[in-house]
Amino acid sequence: MSVLAVIFILTGVFFFTTATIGLLRFPDFYTRMHAAGKGDTLGAFLTLAGLALYNLHHGFSVDAILMSIKILLIAVFIFIANPTATHAITKAALNCSVKPWENKETSK
Amino acid sequence: MRYIIVFFILYLHWILWSGKFDAFHLSLGIISCALVTFMSHDLFIERKKLSPKIIVEAIRFIKYVPWLLYQIILSNIHVAALVLSPRMPIEPKIIRYKTKLKTDIALVTFANSITLTPGTITADIVDGEYVVHALSRKVADDLMTGEMEDKVAQIFEEE
Repeated sequence: MSVLAVIFILTGVFFFTTATIGLLRFPDFYTRMHAAGKGDTLGAFLTLAGLALYNLHHGFSVDAILMSIKILLIAVFIFIANPTATHAITKAALNCSVKPWENKETSK
Repeated sequence: MRYIIVFFILYLHWILWSGKFDAFHLSLGIISCALVTFMSHDLFIERKKLSPKIIVEAIRFIKYVPWLLYQIILSNIHVAALVLSPRMPIEPKIIRYKTKLKTDIALVTFANSITLTPGTITADIVDGEYVVHALSRKVADDLMTGEMEDKVAQIFEEE
């Protein structure tokens, strides 16, 4: 169980890392929104799932299971809130007519 | 009326998740639920009519979630590969996607699903057209196949 939890958390951390690298490397506002807004969702979900599993490694008492369910519910709320926030910020940028960056090499 | 319904739903959740029944926590719950109700009561989507269909829809929605998770994992790996590749072959562009969905809840679910799958962000809905910012050609093509839209349509708009 602990091993599985560690694998989950490490994969989650990997996706967080790529999200951060993307945030630094991408050229403009919109593409950075992609990295910042979404790499997190899967990263957070995997990390929280790992924590929920780890929480059970002492045994399956009612308290522990309830706690795990609550941890997973945090993930559910992130899944609802994160895209909504990303959408709101992107819409705000579009309304202020921020120009999207285009790839000069491929869009000929 | 609306205030009262929203407040009671929120307060039920508060009691469920806090699991503490002393006066301090209960009154804390009343205060914070009242505040949240006051600030966001108009954000909840109202359904035109309540019918037993909502249970069918809920079951279909739960079946949809694993598929969505699978898509999220696939496209997250795709974006991670884009980020890590030295040349970073991204071709961001704004695409317009004509939708056949009608009801509010289906539109919201589809918009959130698009945004959840990495590589695409819904920016706006104008006259039944989604304005989507796509990160690369592959994710744009994936969206254009309409597979996700069909699944969402199946949940909410089939009899």
